[in-house]
Amino acid sequence: MKWEVVIGLEVHTQLTTQSKIFSPASTAFGAAPNTQTAVVDIALPGALPVMNRAAVEKAIQFGLAIGAKVNQRSVFARKNYFYPDLPKGYQISQFELPVVEGGAITINVDGVDKTINLTRAHLEEDAGKSVHEDFHGLSGIDLNRAGTPLLEIVSEPEMRSAAEAVAYAKALYSLVTWIGICDGNMQEGSFRCDVNVSVRPEGQKEFGTRREVKNLNSFKFIEQAVKAEVQYQIELIEDGGKVQQATVLFNPDTGETRAMRSKEDAHDYRYFPDPDLPPLVISDEWVERVRSELPELPAAMQARFVEQYGIPAYDAATLTASKALAGYYEATVAAGADAKLASNWIMGDVSATLNREEKDIVDTPVSAEALAGLIRRVSDNTINNKTAKDVLRKMWDEGVTDPNGADAIIERDGLKQETDTGALEAIVDEVIANNAKSVEEYRAGKEKALNALVGQCMKASKGKGNPGVLTELLKQKLA
Amino acid sequence: MIEKSLKQLSGMLAAKDVSAVELATEYLGRIKANAALNAFIATDEARTLAQAQAADAARAAGNAGALTGIPVAHKDIFCQQGWVASCGSKMLKNFVAPYNAHVIEQCDAAGLVTLGRTNMDEFAMGSSNENSAFGAVLNPWDRKAVPGGSSGGSAAAVAARLAPIATGTDTGGSIRQPASFCGVTGIKPTYGIVSRFGMIAYASSLDQGGPFGKSAEDCALLLNVMAGFDERDATSLQHDKEDYARDLDAPLAGLRIGLPREYFAEGLAADVAKAIDAAIAEYKKLGATVVDISLPNTRLAIPSYYVIAPAEASSNLSRFDGVRYGHRAADYDGLTEMYEKSRAEGFGWEVKRRILTGTYVLSHGYYDAYYLQAQKIRRIIADDFQKAFADCDLIMGPVAPGTAWNLGDKNADPVAMYLEDIYTLGVNLAGLPGMSVPAGFDAAGRPIGLQIIGNYFAEAKMLNTAHRFQQATDWHQKAPAL
Repeated sequence: MKWEVVIGLEVHTQLTTQSKIFSPASTAFGAAPNTQTAVVDIALPGALPVMNRAAVEKAIQFGLAIGAKVNQRSVFARKNYFYPDLPKGYQISQFELPVVEGGAITINVDGVDKTINLTRAHLEEDAGKSVHEDFHGLSGIDLNRAGTPLLEIVSEPEMRSAAEAVAYAKALYSLVTWIGICDGNMQEGSFRCDVNVSVRPEGQKEFGTRREVKNLNSFKFIEQAVKAEVQYQIELIEDGGKVQQATVLFNPDTGETRAMRSKEDAHDYRYFPDPDLPPLVISDEWVERVRSELPELPAAMQARFVEQYGIPAYDAATLTASKALAGYYEATVAAGADAKLASNWIMGDVSATLNREEKDIVDTPVSAEALAGLIRRVSDNTINNKTAKDVLRKMWDEGVTDPNGADAIIERDGLKQETDTGALEAIVDEVIANNAKSVEEYRAGKEKALNALVGQCMKASKGKGNPGVLTELLKQKLA
Repeated sequence: MIEKSLKQLSGMLAAKDVSAVELATEYLGRIKANAALNAFIATDEARTLAQAQAADAARAAGNAGALTGIPVAHKDIFCQQGWVASCGSKMLKNFVAPYNAHVIEQCDAAGLVTLGRTNMDEFAMGSSNENSAFGAVLNPWDRKAVPGGSSGGSAAAVAARLAPIATGTDTGGSIRQPASFCGVTGIKPTYGIVSRFGMIAYASSLDQGGPFGKSAEDCALLLNVMAGFDERDATSLQHDKEDYARDLDAPLAGLRIGLPREYFAEGLAADVAKAIDAAIAEYKKLGATVVDISLPNTRLAIPSYYVIAPAEASSNLSRFDGVRYGHRAADYDGLTEMYEKSRAEGFGWEVKRRILTGTYVLSHGYYDAYYLQAQKIRRIIADDFQKAFADCDLIMGPVAPGTAWNLGDKNADPVAMYLEDIYTLGVNLAGLPGMSVPAGFDAAGRPIGLQIIGNYFAEAKMLNTAHRFQQATDWHQKAPAL
């Protein structure tokens, strides 16, 4: 039987506010346990939550960025359950009326675009952390994270493969970091995914029973977890079993998923509107102000790059993977580099070096202006491509930010391309004399042989010969 | 001295006829001498006297307010830095508050001197004060009788002249009913006038702090201190600061008093009806007219309240889990048992009853039938009041169907106790201001309170109305023989 996989994601994005969602305590990561806690975060008797408008503003930004409806009125509700790291005994979240409803995100898998619709996004507070080490059989509680603002983003179950789930998570990640509502630090839990997975026979309308894989904090884990879940569910059904609704954990070490709790022992959260917080009212003026301040979004920027710089759509998509990368590209072109060459260099050597060094574009030691200086010297034939790669390497190692840095290295190391026909003629003559076989082949009509000869000329010129001029000279002499 | 009004005490302090330390000493002595009333959970002589000395110093330095040096008793529900805030519960009997409630900040800033922390029904749940983990408060008028609840300690303290003024809170009548039972004046302001920051929550959408005093005038002065916008309470109203004493002497000619039929129906004790009728007659003499009105859903306030309040309470009290502070069982096996034992040992019966009720009505499958229905009734009740206020300026009636009952009388039947709240609950459900004014005694000599209900922000008008009544009568000046 052929199976269809159905996947929906719930992503918890930590919002980049200075203070917590309902208290004035700081949200900074890594402080000593329980030092970033106001009376609200410890849930002292008499403590009351107060809405942090900065968190609301970030939710509005997100809603606008995905073309969703930003509700003028949304309601905070209490989700009641007991857990030591949940100090109030309830989590303040949004239940019936979320701040954002609808919207969509476009993903691309194997060159094919697909639109994933979103159900909703709602504001809520994070819980604290239980610490089980160093307490001799007891557990410690750290409430620094308690009350950190989260935007929980819920998709429709519209993904049909692990690749689509990963593409969606990446697109969402790119968007929330792009608009700056989330710092994207997955190690620190700033972007955590719950993945709902079910399978059904191809052609069946009804969804299969789903299992929810909790708390995946890397794209690789999403892919592995979905694949493990799909395999588990299909094998179970094919062996005559039935999938039971459950919450499961993914173990990256074994690559397996393990049930944490089943539907039977699911909590009754007793949601009800939080009487401490009036409904969240968002005025049209507020929404319009946020809209006017929203940065250009990736899709719009891609279209503009194609239009403005005349680069291929593929280049535009790659260059807009992050706001920083796009900014670097635009700064390079603005500093006088040819648009297509700049794209080639950034997608090529610059990205490759960053990847090798596990760095982000914001950490590049070569400024966009310096890179533009290098590219200009390629365009005006001062150096050839191969030399340029070497120059970039040197600029990288030396951390060149000066717009004229490339020129200085070319001058210093005597790398200027030789275009003087007289000097090159001697080289060509020598190469022709020493490569009788290639010369013969070329004359017999083998065009490829010419490349070999050009290569020999380049070598003889120590890389400084202009390959174009050399080719022309060879052709003339062998004609 | 103990019969003086706040204005008089203020004048005496200003004239150096008495010092804050002398005042505090006098009241601390009375508290000690009348410890049998059990009105206070805690006193701290050294702290009180230090605060009084500071008040005297402020007066000497010329930077005192009108009330600097006046003693006050605080209900044990307000967090007050350095004091235990037990909320009448074993759960919090060792909880020393590390911060001040807004009400406490305001009182401290006004120079009021804290005499101690008054007894109350556990977590403000109760109408008799018998639910306190620290034992019941005795009614100063008759020690066989309950003082009312939940702010029974505050009401009894003012009645017995153990404090000139006291703070309280009112969720379903917890200021008005004990004021009525103890023969003192108390007002529950419009919801949102007094910040709930630092006030231990029972039912958040209903809880409201307010003052007790011997007179409407004293209540107005203390309300001036307690009220005010506080950005730390999202339900605090951005209402301009007002002087609640500004209209105390305004004439009452033309005042239209609405008498809700339903407040004078079956179940109202004859003595109470008689006293309320006499009070209304007094108001007519003062120039008021009387309008017959209807609050047709008065009866429904009881089930609505006893769904909404427990629902909120069940969630509000979840934080008392033995993890971070409060009572934790000595022996337990694992997390679940720690929760179960700590809460089983820490909470009293009425609190448990309401947590269970609240948990039930919020449960999956019951929410719509109970919680949502109760909220609909709440809206209807609020609408009923607005319709009534189209025909009258203020509403008057009894605070409770009867006077203080005997200790132990209604403990076996919680529903019978809940029914006693019939005239007070609607005000909380609608968020309106309500007050109790002494209006006589029953045949057994137990006090009777007249309830005055105003529209939103009508506190100054209500206090004016009560003050004029107190100018014409002396019920509020009667004090129990101790």
